[in-house]
Amino acid sequence: MKRVLLVALKRHGILVAFAVLCVAMSISSPAFLKPNNLLNIARQTSVHGIMAVGMTFVILTGGIDLSVGSLLALAGVVCAYLEHAGLPVTLVVAATLLAGALMGLVNGLVITKAKVTPFVVTLGTMSIARGLAHIATGAQPISQFGSSFRFLGAGEWLNVPVPVILFLLTVASASLILNRTRLGRYVYAIGGNTSAARLSGIAVGLHTTMAYVICGLTSALGAVVLTSRLNAAESIAGTGYELDVIASVVIGGTSLLGGRGSVGGTLVGALLIGTINNAMNLLLISSYYQLVVKGLIIVAAVILDRLREE
Amino acid sequence: MRKIASSLPTCPAAIVLTVVLACSAVTLLPGCRKTPAKDGKLVIGLTLPSSSHPFFVFLKNSVMDEAQKLDVRVISADAEDVAAKQLSIVEDFVSQGVDAVLMAPISADALVPAVEALNRAKIPVATVDRQVSGGDVLVHVGADNVEGGRVAARYIVEKLAGKGNVIELEGAPGASPAIDRKKGFDEVIAGSQMKLLASQTAEFYRANGQTVMENLLQAHTDFQAVYAANDEMILGAIEALEAKNLGGARVVTVGYDVIPDAAEAIRKGRLTASVEQFPGQQARKALRFLVAKLRDGQSPPCKEVFLTPVVVDKDTLDKAEQKQP
Repeated sequence: MKRVLLVALKRHGILVAFAVLCVAMSISSPAFLKPNNLLNIARQTSVHGIMAVGMTFVILTGGIDLSVGSLLALAGVVCAYLEHAGLPVTLVVAATLLAGALMGLVNGLVITKAKVTPFVVTLGTMSIARGLAHIATGAQPISQFGSSFRFLGAGEWLNVPVPVILFLLTVASASLILNRTRLGRYVYAIGGNTSAARLSGIAVGLHTTMAYVICGLTSALGAVVLTSRLNAAESIAGTGYELDVIASVVIGGTSLLGGRGSVGGTLVGALLIGTINNAMNLLLISSYYQLVVKGLIIVAAVILDRLREE
Repeated sequence: MRKIASSLPTCPAAIVLTVVLACSAVTLLPGCRKTPAKDGKLVIGLTLPSSSHPFFVFLKNSVMDEAQKLDVRVISADAEDVAAKQLSIVEDFVSQGVDAVLMAPISADALVPAVEALNRAKIPVATVDRQVSGGDVLVHVGADNVEGGRVAARYIVEKLAGKGNVIELEGAPGASPAIDRKKGFDEVIAGSQMKLLASQTAEFYRANGQTVMENLLQAHTDFQAVYAANDEMILGAIEALEAKNLGGARVVTVGYDVIPDAAEAIRKGRLTASVEQFPGQQARKALRFLVAKLRDGQSPPCKEVFLTPVVVDKDTLDKAEQKQP
């Protein structure tokens, strides 16, 4: 029995941590395990989760993108202005996604062409995008949208919240790209050993840039969902999101050194963080303790996951 | 990371070019460069914790507007919520030779050295909205955040005839407005027949107001009022309430600040009320005190001027400073 447990721990550390948290929560709060609350957690996880999927690509290449929260704010502002201009929803979404991809492209090109570390480049664009969002809005919120746009963040399809469907679709397509396409294989190869990848003829610059484009794209999709769900876009939106997003990826078992990890792990990592936030509200943990508890659970989850490697 | 470290120095020319271009862009762009006036006008240095929060944007606009009326020039710098940055901004003001400084200190203790530097340079300083704990300040004009929490609680108690449960959304953990508003609110609720069902932080953000309210709704449905320590959070919470068909008049909702979005929500009946602490008046008063000191050597009647916060609802919306979006 003990050995079975140990093997389970080693193989699926993060899943075990997630399961333990869920069991503990369902004992301590009667509201936790209700279907409504589980859907609620899934819906709340969607924005961070969608962004974490894009971040997984970047971290797999051995890079990092600190600008995701600011990109979300800027894309949200673009989205809100276009919606208020009366454009059809499909066009609003398409243009917002395009804007996000372009911002990701800028990140990727500066990193690969000017050869500056991703940390520094995205630290810069984090500040630039935030500034542009403030300039565009005068730091005032843009709120109240039409019902067809609001469907994306607040609507339901077969009782499942639309953001959750978008999140799962993002995970599924990312998983396909990473496992079934050349781009996916190259992303792993670049993160595993850049020089070896280059020597074997992989266009390292192009495929690294693609990872940042995907990350910009998912930040923009996150922006669409958040703007629609909250019924408002703000230049301060997404402040500090990069931390939860990177934490989701790392908790999900993707190595910060690149080359190793999966988008399925990111899904569990994002759900774990969403569940912690939900649990602390349900248990009415006071705000100062929330910071400590959240940090402890994150570190414990990662330690548990690392047992697997030994 | 290895590849990056080795390739970093490969294009110094490009980096130098970028830096040079960026610097020249900053100096050439109109509006980016600010130096004290050469036209004999009084120059006031203004530094606020952040220019990205709607509350401080309004505060700044009020100062700018009053400065025009008083015919003085205001130069301003954004401290981006970092106390050390605000200190260097004030030091820059000293070396630029401004005539006076108007500041909303990020931290009561960490900005004491800034006030002391101004004292040494004999530059008068006034604080607005938030205070410093030391140094010699000409005058502080602010609102009493503890009293603001109290008036919000009294409004809810009165509205519900002293019966029922209330949920509270707190501001960012550790921030002084969050602590003070909670203190005043909890004090009045504890002294009433009402019960504080839950008090959780939503960190002053609208998105967090929504998620925290959604979570609390999973466990609690028997409440008659929600209070949030700023409008952003209550507007997020209202989205969560409306999704559960608890919007409109079903629950008494009270925010804080009366930002334009909140005024609009009050007008539409989505939000019940909000606490007005008159940031515009605060800013104008503080600036007038500084200019009176500089022009006529006249000191303010007292060292601290507190404007009493009031609750504004649909019937009293006229009192709000930012009625229109």
